[in-house]
Amino acid sequence: MKRYSVFAIAREALRYHQGWEKAWASPAPKSSYDVVIVGAGGHGLATAYYLGKNFGITNVAIIEKGWLGGGNTGRNTTIIRSNYLQDPSAAIYEKARSLYEDLSQDLNYNVMFSPRGLLMLAQTHHEVRGYLRTVHANNLQGVTTEWIGPEKVKELVPIMNIDGPRYPVLGALYQARGGTARHDAVAWGYARACSAMGMDIIQQCEVTGVRSANGVVTGVDTTKGYIGTKKLGIVVAGHSGQVADMAGFRLPVESLALQALVSEPIKPCMDVVVMANTVHGYMSQSDKGEMVIGGGTDGFNNFTQRGSFQHIEETLRALIETFPMISRLKMLRQWGGIVDMTGDRSPIISKTPLGNCFINCGWGTGGFKAIPGSGWAMAELVAKGEPGPLAEEFNMYRFREGRFIDESVAAGVAH
Amino acid sequence: MSTRLAKGGRLIDRAAPQDFTFNGKRLRGFKGDTLAAALLANDQMLVGRSFKYHRPRGIVASGAEEPNALVNMGEGGRFEPNQRTTTTELFDGLTCTSQNHFPSLEFDIGVLNNYAARFLPAGFYYKTFIHPRAAWKHVFEPIIRQSAGLGKVPKDRDADRYEQAYAFCDLLITGGGIAGLQAALTAGKAGKRVWLMEQTAHWGGRAPVDGVEIDGTPAEAWVKNAVQALEAMENVTMRLRCMAAGSYDHGYVLADEKVADHTPGDGRPRHRLWRIRAGQIIAATGAIERPLSFAGNDIPGVMLAAAMRDYLVNWAVAPGDRTVVVTNNDDAYRTAIALKEAGLEVPVILDARATVTGDLPAKARALGIRVEAGKAIAKVKGGKRVTSVAICAQAGQGAVLEEIACDAVAMSGGWSPVVHLWSHCGGKLNWDAAQAHFAPDPARPPLNHDGSALVVTAGAASGVLLAGDVLANATAAAGGDVAPVASGPVEAAMEPVWVMPQGATIDLRMKMWLDYQNDVKVSDVQLAAREGYSSVEHTKRYTTLGMATDQGKLSNINGLAVLADSLSSPIPQVGTTTFRPPYTPVTFGALAGEARGDIFQPLRQTPIHAWHEAHNAYFEPVGLWRRPYCYPRPGETHEQAVHREVVNTRTNVGLLDASTLGKIIVKGPDAGKFLDMLYTNVMSNLGIGKCRYGLMCSEQGFLSDDGVVARIDEDTWLCHTTSGGADRIHAWMEDWLQCEWWDWQVYTANVTEQFAQIAVVGPNARKVLEKLGGMDVSKEALPFMQWADGEMGGFRVRAYRISFSGELSYEIAVPASEGRAFWDALVTAGAEFGMMPYGTEGLHVLRAEKGFIMIGDETDGTVIPQDLNLGWAISKKKADYLGKRGQERPFLASPDRWKLVGLETLDGSVIPDGSIAPAPGTNANGQRNTQGRVTSTYYSPTLKRGIAMGLVKGGLSRVGETIEMTRLDGSTLQVKIVDPVFYDKEGEKQNV
Repeated sequence: MKRYSVFAIAREALRYHQGWEKAWASPAPKSSYDVVIVGAGGHGLATAYYLGKNFGITNVAIIEKGWLGGGNTGRNTTIIRSNYLQDPSAAIYEKARSLYEDLSQDLNYNVMFSPRGLLMLAQTHHEVRGYLRTVHANNLQGVTTEWIGPEKVKELVPIMNIDGPRYPVLGALYQARGGTARHDAVAWGYARACSAMGMDIIQQCEVTGVRSANGVVTGVDTTKGYIGTKKLGIVVAGHSGQVADMAGFRLPVESLALQALVSEPIKPCMDVVVMANTVHGYMSQSDKGEMVIGGGTDGFNNFTQRGSFQHIEETLRALIETFPMISRLKMLRQWGGIVDMTGDRSPIISKTPLGNCFINCGWGTGGFKAIPGSGWAMAELVAKGEPGPLAEEFNMYRFREGRFIDESVAAGVAH
Repeated sequence: MSTRLAKGGRLIDRAAPQDFTFNGKRLRGFKGDTLAAALLANDQMLVGRSFKYHRPRGIVASGAEEPNALVNMGEGGRFEPNQRTTTTELFDGLTCTSQNHFPSLEFDIGVLNNYAARFLPAGFYYKTFIHPRAAWKHVFEPIIRQSAGLGKVPKDRDADRYEQAYAFCDLLITGGGIAGLQAALTAGKAGKRVWLMEQTAHWGGRAPVDGVEIDGTPAEAWVKNAVQALEAMENVTMRLRCMAAGSYDHGYVLADEKVADHTPGDGRPRHRLWRIRAGQIIAATGAIERPLSFAGNDIPGVMLAAAMRDYLVNWAVAPGDRTVVVTNNDDAYRTAIALKEAGLEVPVILDARATVTGDLPAKARALGIRVEAGKAIAKVKGGKRVTSVAICAQAGQGAVLEEIACDAVAMSGGWSPVVHLWSHCGGKLNWDAAQAHFAPDPARPPLNHDGSALVVTAGAASGVLLAGDVLANATAAAGGDVAPVASGPVEAAMEPVWVMPQGATIDLRMKMWLDYQNDVKVSDVQLAAREGYSSVEHTKRYTTLGMATDQGKLSNINGLAVLADSLSSPIPQVGTTTFRPPYTPVTFGALAGEARGDIFQPLRQTPIHAWHEAHNAYFEPVGLWRRPYCYPRPGETHEQAVHREVVNTRTNVGLLDASTLGKIIVKGPDAGKFLDMLYTNVMSNLGIGKCRYGLMCSEQGFLSDDGVVARIDEDTWLCHTTSGGADRIHAWMEDWLQCEWWDWQVYTANVTEQFAQIAVVGPNARKVLEKLGGMDVSKEALPFMQWADGEMGGFRVRAYRISFSGELSYEIAVPASEGRAFWDALVTAGAEFGMMPYGTEGLHVLRAEKGFIMIGDETDGTVIPQDLNLGWAISKKKADYLGKRGQERPFLASPDRWKLVGLETLDGSVIPDGSIAPAPGTNANGQRNTQGRVTSTYYSPTLKRGIAMGLVKGGLSRVGETIEMTRLDGSTLQVKIVDPVFYDKEGEKQNV
């Protein structure tokens, strides 16, 4: 892998950029691998990357039905935070956030992690108490967050109306090292690094079956033929249920369309990320200048990647109320992604009933922020066959035991 | 030079001049102008700067596809960035400024990026700005952010209002060109309820500009007749300035009507957002002309050929004096002919096709225009305006044959159907190699609920471009069979040209713009392909092709053709990116509608709300309700007011507006059975006239709501829920009744708003009611946990002896319409007994002093009733209730669960909200272990010290122990575990 740098760009500029090599190879699948990861989204690619980096396992294929990074990795609102209430959540999201801090350097690919600060507004007394609880919890978890008053909120976000007639801002949970990153770059950076380690990224390759012998996985049938493997990692988000079905087990997961939208670009006006859970909306401004806005999930299960329109209306009402100056901005584009939701809205990183088959899913509406930590924990599970401390609590059998990791108290709608 | 011609202009009214300003310059146009036409008429071709390289940008199109000519428009509360001048109707007094430059449009320091363009190819930012780590946030990103963005940031609250409306029709036709009009005529005559909408201010589309004849009359006249005929049909609704933004499942269409953009401040809503449910949609959305990719194709003065014709015919504007026309099809000859006939110079038509035949070229030649077949533009020269073009052979690498001075270039690369509405909902496309465009595949339409085609296309949107074909196609789309006949010149086939000249060298390809706004060039797409970003979605995201405010209307097809060529793949295999709503950007305000300020969400008020307001209540939102938090008196803080209200309620009597409390009637032969499933305890055996406290759990076993249930008669129960929970619990009941127990005879009604409910609470409560007179409210006649109907002070009431404070308490319900009068009567009667109203915070303190739990404080979705020592409210006898199975799971049945206790500090201070009790050591992830947390914490004015409730591992078995809890400053405080009932442990006061 040729290193990227300003000098490389200068060198290439002199020859009209004709010498750049492919960011990742596109090989035909080999007959078998030590590990096959299904799903070349952020979580799947990160899993493969840390398998190589942390455990030296590089005889790995990452197979992808569509194009890499084309699912929720490329559709989300790019928010990164770790201000979670429950211990297992805070642990894995903070691991992810801290890995994001160095990810550009680690991957030699600028993922534009921008710790510009993140606010979760409290607009009812109940919410104030909830966020105070989170701050106390975060302090003990080693996650740096603070409670700030409305004046400080206004100082951080001058365009915000903190004295709205319905839900005045009473304060906010503030994570100064939360922020955003460039979502595509995260997938591409991991893909490039995986490819450089000799792993095979095989796009346009859909899994059609999972084969096993004596209760242990042996390989997958794909649209590019049979691929044998010693271990299988399923990391396919919205379509987890289908792949799990091929592997012979069921998941406590539902798939729903979650929507997002962007405005036309304007000059910089908001540096921090603002989430307002009482009124249901969140917004940040991309480096391009677009206001990036998240909406809600549909009330019914579907796979359309579109979503129904009334959520957009609700979200914009809430955000115009919070930021009156956006009223005359225009919606440029709206889209949807399919999120896989568990019963407690927390993910699954788990062994499965099928031997040597592991699953990572259920990130729901909050997966992007977790990518490095999720990959780190999943790689450990795949490599060792047993979960490490980051993954342990997220096993799928917790639902049988009632051991929920429920963030709803702190996360509200947006997650 | 661009200028206004002395004659002509089918859309302008020269008798109505309109003054406007651009960058402070005072300019004049005419009524009927678009802002772009008026700018061109004033020789203002340069209107902005591009996104990345800050290159000079001129007007390139005449409609919604315009990528360049965006301005900051208006001022103050009517300021709007990124306003597209080609679709903005001019009005007197309009003000606008150009965007994305510093210090000025003519001299922009950002153009330094342009000089460094070679070092800033697609995706350069992924490869650099990596070290040092902190530099991205503090140095590089701020510079990039400042350089990016387009329009200025609005400062003020929107001065306009927006309206939303619903409509229903059999057939929605989008596009008011001849295809849309013909489809509407056909369907209208057939008696269908038709909606016809057109995004511009005029019917007719391109046909009148192109000089088509229909049924022997000029298109202009045919359009006029068609509009008149349609206006006479009662079953046809017509809307101008109305853009169909998106199509969604089941025939749902969103349309944005720009009601008053051209008449700002006239009192009408600015936009009207239509939410239309259509039986079927006909997309008569036309086609968009494609640019050609030659070096310098972005220099101001280079314009789409048809757009140039629009300016000339519609607005009598000549974009240039000497215009070179460059094309791969016959249509562009119309522009050359129109220019020539208007007396303007057309030095040459460069036609990339090797042989040029057909009626239009013949006519051009007859007018004396030089036509060069097989020729191309090697390069356009000029900076802020075209100065000349260098000509080369299309077949070659770009060796210059000749240079021709000119001030404008009209280009045409062929036409692409507008398929957005077709594609939004899943319609599939075919590649038409002959016309080099993607057109809807009629065999794979988006489907309606019944499997029929939800969308059909009509006219150019179907991929047919000649007027006769357009009319026939539109007639058929609307189910008709007799189409008008249109005549026009015979046109020869176009030939696809994706790069001009075809063998252009890299230095030329680095100057060929695909996406004008985002500065994506042919070389960028080729670089993306070279680096493996070969999926069309990767290429889009890596280069930002098609991600600008025009969403690739001009650039996408050209870009993916270049990509296909780079990958040596056929174009259809590369495919398109996804078409997403909206077709053109829609103002947020229109999407939000009239729900703003006080009513941005529905506002629920109790019948007594006005009294609270008049008595200085400080309100807090509870769901959609607003409830008094407290009633501060002059000079009192909220905290002081709460303390006064609590003390007064404990010593005299307090009055609480409890109307928001959920009230759901559950009735029917199976109602008792139903409630026994819903609640953890038994409700079926509750005696008529009695009340019982009940708990409801989710299927998982977690406590979700609580409240007092009253048995009204043999088959009727009234379930009280929390204020915030009423709608949720009602929906929960219906969920079970409709989906699971649909054969049970149970009926529910949420009557929360039908009653005002007032709590009279405190030692003097009975005295107040006796003063009011009426029913017997003695302990004997109305004991604790019973209810009775009666009359009180002349009001029909239902009085409940229930208490959430531990005091003698009556909750009295009256019909909502009498709520205020009854409240007033109570206030009067209570005056001599020291009665004061109290708010929600007082309510919270009173219940916390008694150790009563509050849903949302002691519960958070992870707490089961057993955790809260509420085992007594869980039936051991019942075979089942919702949550029972969940609660039996090992983790929920574990003895290690955190359980409810009382907490108090050793020094009497108040424990901070959210405090947690750490335990020794850390867990496997290095986090501090914990053993409990506070759930409610208040200063008790009754006990004059802090009191709290909390969940602690081991629960009440640890009463007497002292543990540590956190403060936010990092320090800790010592807290003693005590019984959670701080006040009147024996419950004597409420049962008197």
